[in-house]
Parts: sequence; structure tokens; C-alpha cells
Amino acid sequence: MSMPAINHYLEKSRHHGKQLAGDGLESVRNTGVERFREQGFPGMRAENWKYTDVRPIAGGNFIVPHAIGDRISRDMVNSARLTGVDCHELVFINGCFAKEHSPSGTLPEGVIIQDLAGATARHQELIGKHIAHYADPAGNPFTALNTAFIQHGCLIFIPAETVLEKPVHLLYLSGMHEEPFAAHPRNLIILSENARATVIESYIGLDEGSYFTNTVTEACLLSGSTLQHYKIQQEGRGCYHVGNFDIRQGENSQAESHSIALGGALVRNDIRVRLAAEGAGITLNGLYLAGGRQHIDNHTRVDHLQPSTCSRENYRGVLNGDARGVFNGKVIVHKGAQKTDAFQSNANLLLSDNAEVDTKPELEIYADDVKCAHGATVGQLDQDMLFYLRSRSIDETTAKSLLTYAFADEIIRKIGIAPLRQRLEQMVIGLLPDPELIREFAV
Amino acid sequence: MNLLKITNLHASVDGKKILKGLNLSVNAGEVHAIMGPNGSGKSTLANVLAGREGYEITEGSITYMGKDLTVLPPEQRACEGIFLAFQYPVEIPGVNNVYMLKAAVNAIRTYRGLGKLDAMEFLHMAREKAKVVKMKDELLSRAVNEGFSGGEKKRNEIFQMAVLEPRLAILDETDSGLDIDALKIVAEGVNSLRSRDRAIILVTHYQRLLNYIIPDRVHVLLDGRIIKSGDRELALQLEEQGYDQVRREEAAA
Repeated sequence: MSMPAINHYLEKSRHHGKQLAGDGLESVRNTGVERFREQGFPGMRAENWKYTDVRPIAGGNFIVPHAIGDRISRDMVNSARLTGVDCHELVFINGCFAKEHSPSGTLPEGVIIQDLAGATARHQELIGKHIAHYADPAGNPFTALNTAFIQHGCLIFIPAETVLEKPVHLLYLSGMHEEPFAAHPRNLIILSENARATVIESYIGLDEGSYFTNTVTEACLLSGSTLQHYKIQQEGRGCYHVGNFDIRQGENSQAESHSIALGGALVRNDIRVRLAAEGAGITLNGLYLAGGRQHIDNHTRVDHLQPSTCSRENYRGVLNGDARGVFNGKVIVHKGAQKTDAFQSNANLLLSDNAEVDTKPELEIYADDVKCAHGATVGQLDQDMLFYLRSRSIDETTAKSLLTYAFADEIIRKIGIAPLRQRLEQMVIGLLPDPELIREFAV
Repeated sequence: MNLLKITNLHASVDGKKILKGLNLSVNAGEVHAIMGPNGSGKSTLANVLAGREGYEITEGSITYMGKDLTVLPPEQRACEGIFLAFQYPVEIPGVNNVYMLKAAVNAIRTYRGLGKLDAMEFLHMAREKAKVVKMKDELLSRAVNEGFSGGEKKRNEIFQMAVLEPRLAILDETDSGLDIDALKIVAEGVNSLRSRDRAIILVTHYQRLLNYIIPDRVHVLLDGRIIKSGDRELALQLEEQGYDQVRREEAAA
């Protein structure tokens, strides 16, 4: 990748860093800068980036966004809120925390849910101990870049034996910005022993303008803790979205990740899970729906580092138009990780002749007493099902939409929060042609 | 006027000729049984009538209610009142049985210029119709045929027929794979759906079904043509003598 592109970002981060001097995160940012300088933007010759060309991001000349513009009205914010769910909601506009849209509620004893920029003074030690500890700036150039710009985002800390009943909703709204901008949200989730929490990250684009979201979420799950994590990506059609999610799991901790990718022009999601102690378990569910010229790339990696760890992965993709999908799921069973139980599946539906998907499940096993299975499929709509529906008087377009919806819903239906699930189901149906006859399938 | 009139029908699948000059006329109110050995073209006929892709009509005509049926897509045939009970009903994961049917009913009603049924009206009607084949309520709300036993799938087909109220129902080997109790239930269901406005074509291998659903006409389909027609006695005769006897008669003639 060209040096000017890298230098552009380095220059921006230097300027950014100067403005934030004194917030206690200087050295973390400096590490990010260094790691980014070393790695630069990945080229397509790198195995992990074989199918995804990030040149539009590298050459995008994105600026650091202005503080909250008044172009985003309260109504716009309200319509993006998670209605029907009583939750702790933090709103970010073009990557910046929007205090006026984020009412603070009462929290259980010891719980911290605070915007990162606002938390640095009070919780410097906690943040310093964990940040960039799970998401390694040396392991991914975009994580490095995000780290170089650390400022906005959210800190979630749940003390031991505490159950956070209400989900946390991090609403990242973007758009209505005259110049292309880059935002680098950083979220840090720490669950102490036997703590429980649900975190929803929504990325919503408000227009078709060009911008770059480069988000990193890192989570530390101490023993016995449980995290349910949802990432709903509905960025605008002009958006470049790169997301990194790193989880480290302690003994008997359980995590669920639901990653739904609907928006964006060029999208790359990486999830890395380290099952670092016995009994840790992860469920990874994912859905990507792309049409037009969208490009959505999902990379997941699960490291089974210790015995009796379990991973369950189910990703589905629907590709239409000239869209391109990528799935790469790596499962590594390390030496000594006996009794590992790993399952992975990736199914893809191609709805047009020009749509394309590249799927690659990878299984590396260095232990001998394990149960591992994986599979990947790429197919079209089932002709027998299609004919069955048509023979029952449902027209071809509706029948195709219905079967496509049913395929995608196998992932969405696993979402435990009913209003969120229904909203997504309606949204997916709405993306399909002629949905009128089948709307009620989503209730 | 015949409800259905098939004249000199030739049809092929993948370039292979299956139907070779089939003639059949069916009137409203009648039940016709089409019997024949494997490979004679029974299922091809059923699929051609329902409009499945991949079946090429090379000669002849199918007239349904005075209209050329062959130009209509499957969904429009269904809206015009044609129903196919499948030999092997497909499982459709994620598509709720009762919602699918409601969408179907409302598509038909819209086609006919009637108002749509709301959820309550439809559910009430569906529950009533489910009784026709003693379908458990639980199966109504499952995904279409998913995890259904063979018998449940066939019952579901007849349940759907009851809901959609076709003018011409084609039952493709609805008796296959059914034990005697299930066969009786399905047959009772079909009998309860007999009416003066409705014609039923039973495509079957065995005479057994015809003990329970008494046909008005029986046709023997052999090598793509109907070579003999008669009343119920013909079915009994086939049962006794097998298809070879008819084949020999045909050859002699």
C-alpha cells in the first residue's frame, strides 16, 4: 500500500493525539501508531485479505469528523433507537459520543457503562489494564489504526456476581456529513466472575454519503461470566465498514455473538475468540445480505487453547446482483486442548448469476481427542420448494422472496431479544422484492 | 363442456418422450382414477397439469374451463382452481405452514377479485378444515412438512386441498407410503371434498385406494397413452390380472 495513504492516516492521528494529550491513553495511541506504521494497509496478496481490496479505504482521504453536527435531528436519532426494549442506550453520532441523546439511567452497584472519552479520568487504571489487551494492534492493521485514534466508544464493566438485566445498546449513527470522514469507535467490555451482560452494537447509516467506520470491540470474560453480543450493521451504501471483535474467555464463560451485516459498500468483519480456559464456550451466528455492488467479508477465528472448550458457528449469506460475499472461518484446536467440541457451518444462497461468494472453512487440529465438524455450501433457491409454493398460488417473485427470507431467518430467529429480532425480520423482508404477501411471516 | 380436456398430448422430460398421445376428458363432479405401472407417465401427467418446469409439451393440447392451460404459469393455474397433491411433498424449513396457506388463499382471493381474509378469519377456517384429515393443530404452525412423517405429509396435502378448495384436484400417489389407518383418514378426507363442482384425478399404482374412494372412471395409462378406460370394475380386473393382460390386449388390437 502506498506510503502517502499511510502517511495521511498517521498525520491525522498525530494531530488527533495532540488534541487529546493528557487523557491517559497517549501511550496506547502511540502503540497503535507504531503498529500501523509497521503493517500499513493490507494488500490482496496477504492471505487474509485475498478477496477484499481496501484501496478505497486507504485512498479515501477521510477526515476526523466534526463534533456532532446539528444536521442529525432528534427524530432521526429516535427512529434508530431500539424501541420496545428497556436498555441502557449510548448514542454516537459520526463516531462521537452524543451525551444529549444518551440519558443516563441508574445502574446496579459497581457497574460501569460510560462513554470511553468520559471514562478515562475516573477509570484510568481499569482502562489501562484492559485496553488493547485483547484486541492486538500488532495482529491487525485496522485494529492498529483504531488504536491510534482511540477516543470515543464505550466502557462496560460488570463486577463479579452481577447480572445486568437491561441490555446495553451502543447506537452508532453516521451520515449527514459534508466531507467523507473516518470514525474509530472503541468498545471495551469487561465481565468479572459470574457476571452477565447483553450488549447490542448498532451501526446505522443515515444517507448514501461516503465515510469509513473502523470499529474495535474487545471483551474479557472472566470465569463463569456470560456475554450476549449483537452487532447489527446497517451502514449507508457509501460506507466502508471494518469491524474487529476480540473476545478472551475464561473458565466456564459463555459467549454468544450474533453478527448481522446488511449495509455498507465495502464491509469486513473479523471476530477472534480465544477460549483460554476449560469449559469456555462460544456461539457465533452470522448473516450477511448483500446486493448491488456490495462486498461483505466475514472472517472468524476461534482458538481452542484449553481442554473441554466448545464452539458453535453458523454463518449464512445471501448474495444478489453483483454482490460479493466472503466467509473465512478458522478453528484452531491447540495442542493439549482435548475434548474440544467444534462445529462450523457456512451456507450461501446466490440469487443472481453475477453474485459471487468465496467460502473457506479452515480447521487446524493439534490434539487427538476432539470432536470437530465443518461444512460449507453455496447454492441457489431449491426448485422443488419454489414449485411447491407456486403450485399453491404464490407467485414466483413472492415465492423466491419467501424462500430467501426463510433461509436468512434461520440465523435471525436465534436472536433472543424479541423486539430486535422482529425489527430485523421486517428489515430483511423489506429488502426482498414484493414482500407484501409475506410480511406476516416476520411476526 | 368438459372441465378438463386433454387431446393427443405429447410431453418430454430432458428430451425423453414420456407422454405419447394422451387423451382424457374430465367433467366437474367426477372422480377419475389413472392407473399404470411405474414409468408409464402418471407423475409426468400430474406435473404437466400443475405446470412444473422442465416438462416440454411437443404436441397436443390441454384445455381447462375452455382455456389453454399450457400457457399459464403454475401460480396462475392454482388461482384458476388447479391443485396438485404431491407424491413427495417437499419440506420447506422456515416457512410456516399456516402462513404459507394464508398467503396462498389470499393470492387466490385477490386473483378472483375477493377481499383478503384477516388472520382470525383464516385461522378459524384452517382449524375447521384441519378436522377433515384429523390434522393436529401443532402441525399447522410448524414449517411446511418439516419433520412430518410420511402419513402426516400426505394428510397435509389433503388439508391444503380442503383450504384451497380447488376445482380440479390431482392427487399424485397420495396413497403411497400410507398404512391402512392413514389411508382411511386420507380417503375420508378426499371423499368429504367430493362435490358437483369439483373434479378429482387420482393417480395411483394400486387398486387399494379405490376401495375407499370410489371412482367414476378408471383409466389405464401405459407407455404414455391411456389405452383402456372403464368403470370401477376395470380397477378390480387390473388388480387380479396385472398390467400385462391389458398390455397383451393392446398389442393384439
